[in-house]
Amino acid sequence: MEGLDDIVEEFLVESHENLDQLDQDLVALEQDPRSRERLSSIFRTIHTIKGTSGFLAFNKLEEVAHVGENLLSRMRDGALDLTPSRTSALLLMTDTIRALLAEIEASSGEGAVPVAETVVVLSAALDDAPTQAATEAAAEAAVVAAAAVVEAEAAVLAAETVVAPPVPAPVKKAAAAKKAPAKRASRAKAAVPPPAPVPSVERVPVPTPSVAPPAPAAAVQQETPVAEVPVVEAPAAPAALAPEPGTPEAQPKSRGVADSTIRVDVDLLDNLMLLVGELVLTRNQIVQYVGRQNDQDLIRASQRLNLIASELQESAMKTRMQPIDHIWSKLPRVVRDLGLQCGKAVRLEMEGKDTELDKTLLEAVKDPLTHLVRNSVDHGIEDTAARAAAGKPAEGVLTLRSRHESGQVVVEVADDGAGIDPVKIGRKAVEKGLITADALTRMSPQDLLQLIFLPGFSTAAAVTNVSGRGVGMDVVKTNIEGIGGTIEVESVAGRGTCMRLRIPLTLAIVPALTIECSGDRYAIPQISLQELVALDAEKAAAAVEDVGGASVYRLRGELLPLVHLADVLGLPSDRHDGHVVIAVLSSEGRRFGLVVDRVINTEEIVVKAVSGQLKQIGLYSGATVLGDGAVALILDVQALARRALRTETTDRQEHRLAAAAAAATVTERQRMLLAAIGGGRRVAIPLDTVTRLEQVRSDTVERVGSREVVQYRGAILPIVRLDRHLGAFGDSDREVLEVIVYADHGRSVAIVVEEILDIVDGEAAVQSDIDDLGLLGSAVIGDRVTELLDVRAAILAADPAFYSPVPASGPAGLGGPTDLDPGAFGFEGSTRPSAHPTTHLMEV
Amino acid sequence: MSTATAVWTVPATSQLATFWLDGDLFGVEVEHVQEVLRSQSITRVPLAPAAVAGLINLRGQVVTAIELRERLGRKPRPEGQEAVVIVVRLRGEAVSLLVDSIADVVDVAVRDFEAPPDTLDGVGRDLIRGAYKLSGQLLLALDVNRAVGT
Repeated sequence: MEGLDDIVEEFLVESHENLDQLDQDLVALEQDPRSRERLSSIFRTIHTIKGTSGFLAFNKLEEVAHVGENLLSRMRDGALDLTPSRTSALLLMTDTIRALLAEIEASSGEGAVPVAETVVVLSAALDDAPTQAATEAAAEAAVVAAAAVVEAEAAVLAAETVVAPPVPAPVKKAAAAKKAPAKRASRAKAAVPPPAPVPSVERVPVPTPSVAPPAPAAAVQQETPVAEVPVVEAPAAPAALAPEPGTPEAQPKSRGVADSTIRVDVDLLDNLMLLVGELVLTRNQIVQYVGRQNDQDLIRASQRLNLIASELQESAMKTRMQPIDHIWSKLPRVVRDLGLQCGKAVRLEMEGKDTELDKTLLEAVKDPLTHLVRNSVDHGIEDTAARAAAGKPAEGVLTLRSRHESGQVVVEVADDGAGIDPVKIGRKAVEKGLITADALTRMSPQDLLQLIFLPGFSTAAAVTNVSGRGVGMDVVKTNIEGIGGTIEVESVAGRGTCMRLRIPLTLAIVPALTIECSGDRYAIPQISLQELVALDAEKAAAAVEDVGGASVYRLRGELLPLVHLADVLGLPSDRHDGHVVIAVLSSEGRRFGLVVDRVINTEEIVVKAVSGQLKQIGLYSGATVLGDGAVALILDVQALARRALRTETTDRQEHRLAAAAAAATVTERQRMLLAAIGGGRRVAIPLDTVTRLEQVRSDTVERVGSREVVQYRGAILPIVRLDRHLGAFGDSDREVLEVIVYADHGRSVAIVVEEILDIVDGEAAVQSDIDDLGLLGSAVIGDRVTELLDVRAAILAADPAFYSPVPASGPAGLGGPTDLDPGAFGFEGSTRPSAHPTTHLMEV
Repeated sequence: MSTATAVWTVPATSQLATFWLDGDLFGVEVEHVQEVLRSQSITRVPLAPAAVAGLINLRGQVVTAIELRERLGRKPRPEGQEAVVIVVRLRGEAVSLLVDSIADVVDVAVRDFEAPPDTLDGVGRDLIRGAYKLSGQLLLALDVNRAVGT
């Protein structure tokens, strides 16, 4: 099957299904020869097969289908009546098509399957011959049909019987028959006129149809309507004789294309997804409830439920996943035609064709993506002369990239064209009255780029028929945001432009942060969440400043504009102790801090639509039902940002980025991951050595010699249990292990802790140098004495060879420590992630 | 089949589910009513129109709750008096109405029907189709489609 490309495979699956239907239709048609509906259905099937086979250059198949189609079209038009002989001819056609399909599936080619006789029989049936001729034709048909079966069966028998095969075909056919799954094989036989099997064996040597006695033909005529009855023993015989085709144990090895997939109604999948969504909600509810219980068995059962529900959710999601190639495959043509039209040479490159996303989302992304590609070719890439002048190769390169990134699909459309000139954009925007000249002077280049998303904006100097009519980027943006995605633009003048789409994996269930404001809970999709900052009253008083009436916070030295959710909602905040909790959100390439009363949790939420009048408010993208059954509104971060932010803010960000780049090398603040290791002990681990936080099931832990390992992303991951390593006594029979993965130079180890507690700034820590085995010292962090882990020692305990030179084939698949933004999800003070959602929270 | 009979006529009798609101008796067509619930916890929606009381969780479905007192321009429900939720289904979508208390399902006859009384003022008047003169009581027929105000 490796040789088959997707189109052929799809064709085979479809044709097999259609043929099964065809058999039924034909037999039913005999009962009710006037049914135009059935005739039309049969006609359509054959027509499709003809069309596709012609397209795929399966000439024999096309030939058979073509004659069959002629016959059917005349019957459909009422020019010919359905006689039993014609039915036989059509059934013969079906069998021949089946044989051809099987051959195509087996060898990717049509091989030597004979089609001439079938064509003759069909042509004969087409002639409006007198009764006698018809009888003859029927006889012929029956015999040929019999012969066809003989061929098929003879081939199966070939090994034992000494019958000289009339044509070399049967051998090939036998191969095909072996490949064909049992079900289809038997169906194929079922389609054959009934008297075939038994006499056929005797009649193997019969060389030409003309010698055949007319008797079986009569039998055909009478018996076909009740075809199922005599067929019963038909498939049994060959199955018994030939070991391969029918035996169940042979089946999995050679599962045909048609049997390895099933077609499912999308509605059914939608419904399944809905139910899974409800299950996830119920799971959340139970996990929350059990969290307050002490019953160990109940806790274990709920942990299992938790894992299974997650796996089920993933599987259900996968049923709706399709590779992005489905929509990409049409783009080479678009690029080529457009390139020709614009007189540009453009090469299209695609990376990550296999990236999968939800079918509904795929549909939704199709048009925006096509638009972006057209835009790139039309506006982005320069014509050949301009490229030559700029010293670029004549051929422009348009690159499509897609990949999964922290629970989202990132799709990039990048070109190596002229890039977007912010000055030009600014001028244009002023010209069109979209911004004032005064505002222009205050805008940063990054802000100016964002202007292309404004309604009514188009940069094309001339309106071409490709793009430039002013409907464009704003529509793209609206569409992408409509599915909960975001769009970013990056451009370097003279070097090219990159449009980046971030799309959620699925619409139905999204990870979200739940927060509280003024006594109500709200959900914020994690897609826009960057980190959390909690400040106590003292710190907040110093760190939150007023700049001309707008409050800002210095986040690691950079100014972060703050939006108070309570103010936006017009409610009084119920946080009076001076503590400030900030959710750092990003929208359209800008960052801002949303001040909330408190952070509750992270949860997988099922997005429910809200009515139009609530959507109009422009603050909520939907609603969800939380674990405890309460309804929470989902905040629309983009809308919040637009509502609350002024354009100047990115100015600061530009500055910030530059400053950050400079500062990064100078001061390196130590951020620490706090973990409990049992026995009330807490350990701090420098965050920059942490690659990932994971949960693994304890029953997946295996032993290699005296060491424990776990399989992780296709590699073997040595484990060190920190409680044992540091001589603490943890609760070792936990079902789910909290694991900190540390990777370096292609090697990685897993450090097992009891619970991930927090991420803190190590700066404030008061250090003492009381050290112990495996520790660097201790410090007071968050009012408690916390031990500082000697990471190197812990890692060596798990993998003594960790720091030795890199093995050539070290476990791959793990990113470097940069996978985790050290600043991400810093929890301070009382706010901390609960055990369950930690993974989602930390995997950035 | 003939087009002559296609003219819509008011059925001679119909059934209304009735409820009390600020001392008046209202009714909605039974066929619109999906169910009646007591004391639901309601999530308020900041910045929503005043008549939107919030969202309720109807067996996993999120349903908008309309405060009918507000919608009809009546004074707010007294403190401590719990609202009853009538879930109505309109064009396949569930919406709920908050009322004071639920009353009987009554059969009403067209001959008792009259246009909204002149005493009804402004806001409320648009949402009332008319009144049925029951013995000793006026029953105001609510225009559900308008009341949910989409």
